[in-house]
Amino acid sequence: MVETRNAGGPEQPGKRDFLKYVLSGGLVALVGSILYPILAYLKPPIQAEVAVSSVKAGKVDAMEKDSGQIVKFGSKPVILIKTANDELRAFSATCTHLDCTVQYKKEMGLIWCACHNGKYDLNGRNVSGPPPRPLDEYRVTVQGGEIMISKKS
Amino acid sequence: MNGRMKKAYDWVDERVHLEDLVKFMGKKYVPVHRHSIWYYFGGVSLFLFIIQVLTGILLLLYYKSGEELAFESIGYIMSKVQFGWLIRSIHSWAANLFILSSMVHMFSVYFEKSYRKPREITWLTGMLMFFLALAFGFSGYLLPWNELAYFATKVGTDIAGVVPIIGKPMMQFLRSGEEVSGATLSRFFGFHVAVFPGIFTVLLGIHLVLVQRQGMSEPIGMELHEGKPLKTMPFFPNFLLRDLLLWLIVLNLLAILAVFFPWELGKKADAFASAPAGIKPEWYFLFMFQTLKYIPGKMLFIDGEVFGIMIFGLAGLLWMLVPFWDLKSSRGQQNRLVNYLGLFAVFYIIILTIVGWLL
Ligand code: HEM
Ligand code: FES
Repeated sequence: MVETRNAGGPEQPGKRDFLKYVLSGGLVALVGSILYPILAYLKPPIQAEVAVSSVKAGKVDAMEKDSGQIVKFGSKPVILIKTANDELRAFSATCTHLDCTVQYKKEMGLIWCACHNGKYDLNGRNVSGPPPRPLDEYRVTVQGGEIMISKKS
Repeated sequence: MNGRMKKAYDWVDERVHLEDLVKFMGKKYVPVHRHSIWYYFGGVSLFLFIIQVLTGILLLLYYKSGEELAFESIGYIMSKVQFGWLIRSIHSWAANLFILSSMVHMFSVYFEKSYRKPREITWLTGMLMFFLALAFGFSGYLLPWNELAYFATKVGTDIAGVVPIIGKPMMQFLRSGEEVSGATLSRFFGFHVAVFPGIFTVLLGIHLVLVQRQGMSEPIGMELHEGKPLKTMPFFPNFLLRDLLLWLIVLNLLAILAVFFPWELGKKADAFASAPAGIKPEWYFLFMFQTLKYIPGKMLFIDGEVFGIMIFGLAGLLWMLVPFWDLKSSRGQQNRLVNYLGLFAVFYIIILTIVGWLL
């Protein structure tokens, strides 16, 4: 800042400090009032998600033994598996490592994530590779030959 | 200069006094020694960046961003627009060569210790441009909205999300929400074609003005050669002509790659499909990706990925700040530690990239 001095007059430190505070306070307020709306604008609005509690996943008979498929559960993918001994299971298909979508791997009898070779057993437990947590399990029921997947409460 | 050119020059000169400018541009000398070849990679990087700007602008004439439009518009560019396949292929290939040549440039500057005082700012702007180049690559990769890009972006942004404290908001900012979606695509598009080019151009300006003003550095211990100062060659026209020749070679290489190995489009992204087997990020992220595969789920009480990211983040920061902790080089002494760290980085990157490529 430029030093200003009253020519020959007495120093007025009180007055100068006051001006300094007003000016720098004003500057902070100015910058804040410009930055705040910008930062707030950058934050995406929260989209109201349609809460889904259960979805239909097709006929039991249409699904082969020892196979898996991805089912839309609202906006999230869920993996539905029919095991070799005819049991139905469903888990969140979102890998707990870094968010890839997992798949059923017949040869290994496992749930497999292609991104970093993460493996889960058919109970959704992380058994090898980088995934730190098991997959969330969903409830599977059959009503009149139709597979229903719902959230475990 | 012929008569008309001279007249035009004089007309401008009379008004803006070009004399200083011409002197400023013309005074640079390039040292000649056995490592001189490395001086060319900065220029090659510059050339490739120019190609990216030009082909990028051409792509913009037809590219449409959006979940239902992006993939289709690139299909249109490749099949309907005359030479569209070529422009896209060049943009994709030049992106890879650009990152490769920036890497070579960065490592050569590192090993020559050209970052030492007084060129710290040049190094810093260079490093920032290098990180921006990676960001260019990452954001551009999503724009075709295909399967590989979709999962690469999911993983990449999720990695940002595991950074302690600032991670979550950063991930939401990058994804424009909780999930990778059309909103993410719009955001990446904006970064790729507006935000990054703007910032890059400013950094490039500073970088080039500094190089011009400070001249080229000479490797430590080579300032004197048998008691005589190092031989130099004038930048203009000697070095520039060699530069241009090399640019021509790079352009030909690019044309060969773009024509004989046209860039593929793949399958459209589908949020309800499993990640395909053999999925890999672009080669320049491969060494980090491969490292992530080896880190177990839990390490020292923290998630493995958090650990990995903190290590890479820290290493990147140390690398960027080398002029400030390598004080020996600034004093003109050899610093072996810097060489060993650099060699370790080079070998680590090369080996993990190859392993990641083969597995
Ligand atoms: C001002 C500069 C730039 C503009 C206007 C621009 C524009 C574009 C556009 C419109 C696309 C979508 C078309 C497509 O995917 O083929 C794209 C893709 C891409 N850009 Fe850029 N770009 C610029 C600079 C760069 C730079 C410096 C890089 C360096 C890494 C880069 C890397 C990429 C990549 C990797 C893709 C994906 C290519 C693909 O798979 O199709 N771009 N760019
Ligand atoms: S995202 Fe599934 S293993 Fe990494």
